[in-house]
Amino acid sequence: METAFTPWASLGGGALIGLAAVLLMALHGRILGATGILSGLFRLDDLSDRRLRAALLVGMAAGPLVYLMATGQMPVIDLPISNLAVVVGGLIVGIGVSYGGGCTSGHGVCGNARFSRRSMVATVCFMATAFATVFVLRHVVGA
Amino acid sequence: MRLLTALLIGLVFGLGIAISGMINPAKVLNFFDLAGTWDPSLAFVMGGALAVAIPGYRLVLARPAPAFEPRFQLPDTRVIDRRLVLGSATFGVGWGIAGFCPGGALPAIGTGDPAVFLFLAALIGGLFVARALQACSPARKPA
Repeated sequence: METAFTPWASLGGGALIGLAAVLLMALHGRILGATGILSGLFRLDDLSDRRLRAALLVGMAAGPLVYLMATGQMPVIDLPISNLAVVVGGLIVGIGVSYGGGCTSGHGVCGNARFSRRSMVATVCFMATAFATVFVLRHVVGA
Repeated sequence: MRLLTALLIGLVFGLGIAISGMINPAKVLNFFDLAGTWDPSLAFVMGGALAVAIPGYRLVLARPAPAFEPRFQLPDTRVIDRRLVLGSATFGVGWGIAGFCPGGALPAIGTGDPAVFLFLAALIGGLFVARALQACSPARKPA
């Protein structure tokens, strides 16, 4: 399934992601990582921290609705895979980000932006296996 | 005030994910499909995010403290170990299967698409599996 190349929208959207990361650091002094936000919601130790994460999450989920109000349509979500693949992928992502200590936002944007060597290594690892996995699934298994 | 700014920062992030196309697994998977229906857009997302976050972090982290907190909370581990490498590599496999990463899926909640909830349920399951495994194995010394 083809998707349109959208350099300007992607660049602009990416800049907003970077802006959100900078603002969270400037105001709240924290790394903006989806893994941390999600796993922190299931910890019971720090209540005020959980409220902050919940507020971030609610704001994030409001993103598509504001997009809808501005453009008249929801952002497109196409899943060219089975529900089983969604579940298996989700489970593997959950285990991986837990051990790896972050994902595309925490390591890929925030960590790399402050030149953390850990994040650079993490980014190379997850990009490499994502390219390899799609190649195998689409051109070896699915060929 | 703290919760309001967190909500707005979440919204900026969510809009960025929606506008950039990171919210759409078909687009993410096509970025990884060099040998097939390649869509280079996601390189622009990362480029846009880093173009803002690198100089932004530089300015912010030069200050003594964030606006609402006594200090910046930055990860202090510098260890590059098997846990980081294998965890991140595992995350990439799941990302290549499902096309969602945590930062793409959290804003996608707002679209109400059932596949998003399926993915997130599996992802949260994966976080708990990893927590259980880590509780059974000797943990790294607390930093």
